[in-house]
Amino acid sequence: MEVSRSLIIILITAVITENFVLSQFLGVCPFLGVSKKVSSSLGMGIMITFVMVAATALTYPIYFLVLIPLNIEFMNTIAFILIIALFVQFTEMLLRKYIPALSKSLGIYLPLITTNCAILGVTIINVSGDFNFFEAVFNAFCAGLGFLLVLLLFSGVRGRIERCNIPEALRGMPITLIAASIVSLSFIGFGGIVEGIFGG
Amino acid sequence: MKTYLTTLKKGIIKENPVFFMLLGMCPVLALTAAAENAVGMGLATTFVLVCSNIVISLLRNLIPPSVRLPCFIVIIAGFVTLTSLLLKEFVPWLYDELGIFLSLIACNCIILGRAEAFARKNKVLLSAADGLGMGIGFTLALFTVGSIREILGFGTWFGLSVTPDFVDPMMIFIMPAGGFFTLGVVIAVVNKIARKRPNNISCDNCPGKELCKRSMNNNEHLSNNG
Repeated sequence: MEVSRSLIIILITAVITENFVLSQFLGVCPFLGVSKKVSSSLGMGIMITFVMVAATALTYPIYFLVLIPLNIEFMNTIAFILIIALFVQFTEMLLRKYIPALSKSLGIYLPLITTNCAILGVTIINVSGDFNFFEAVFNAFCAGLGFLLVLLLFSGVRGRIERCNIPEALRGMPITLIAASIVSLSFIGFGGIVEGIFGG
Repeated sequence: MKTYLTTLKKGIIKENPVFFMLLGMCPVLALTAAAENAVGMGLATTFVLVCSNIVISLLRNLIPPSVRLPCFIVIIAGFVTLTSLLLKEFVPWLYDELGIFLSLIACNCIILGRAEAFARKNKVLLSAADGLGMGIGFTLALFTVGSIREILGFGTWFGLSVTPDFVDPMMIFIMPAGGFFTLGVVIAVVNKIARKRPNNISCDNCPGKELCKRSMNNNEHLSNNG
């Protein structure tokens, strides 16, 4: 009961109240860049979730079993970014060789992910919070889900914007940012939901 | 001498990384609730950008092109670690304020973008000038957005009270939604003044552009989102 309770808190926090894109501003570039079509949002969201989970599963043991015993935890940025880059390259090669169909549909989002701050961010947050290994991986999964949710929601919003007549100076990025602001505003409404349900 | 000045100026105004190239949005949104943090972040990024540009330019004939991205990433992450250690020792309050975003400078696409687009093709001093210009441009953008958000949201500027008591601070501006909104409006105003064509969101300035193209086997390009 206690375990499932803490997992539900992680789920609600990561997906809704502390959403990676809308309240922590991690991974804003892919959020603005790829959210134009529902299909690409879906692909990007799935790939980000996958890489977040795998990156956490790889970096968490390395941080606690290698960096901390050697007293070099200040090296975590370098170590983590290398692990993520290697993992992404490796996955891309495997996909291309063995599952070309999947590589064609989802693999195209992989290179964009290598230098995505959301991935590095989630791995660093996971080792600096007081998560155990299972909770850390679950938190990464939920952060990815939150990302996917916001990408999908926002691709719908942008589809509408496309068909509107917008003043020239606002076209392109500015109106997209203002729309993102309104979507973010709607997420503020969920503030305090965890405390409300669990009496935090 | 003139080329150095042009290179320096280009990053500040004409090719401002935030306003015109639309790169490095995460810190511009996340750390601009207070002007002080915004400028601190800008300076830290400028330091990493200049250092990594210099080193990458020095090594430009040694790094094999096929593995250049991992090499660039390691060099950049090295300087990020150095910066965070220096800040922790000498400016601990800024270290605490920047938090996780200090590590995430390593992922800032401006830095990788300049390495890819400029430092690996140009001489050392010119690359340093480019890094400095882009860094100042980035700091300027952070300063602008940070000042607007702090004045409207807290009623203060660099911690000093500026709005008289009869204006209530609008808390919404220091919340995430206010960050998106302010940046959108600032970019729109800059567009209007510069009389530039509206900037589309495209892959043109993305450092991952070539990797992307390669892996897509000339399929439909992602920048369709432009």
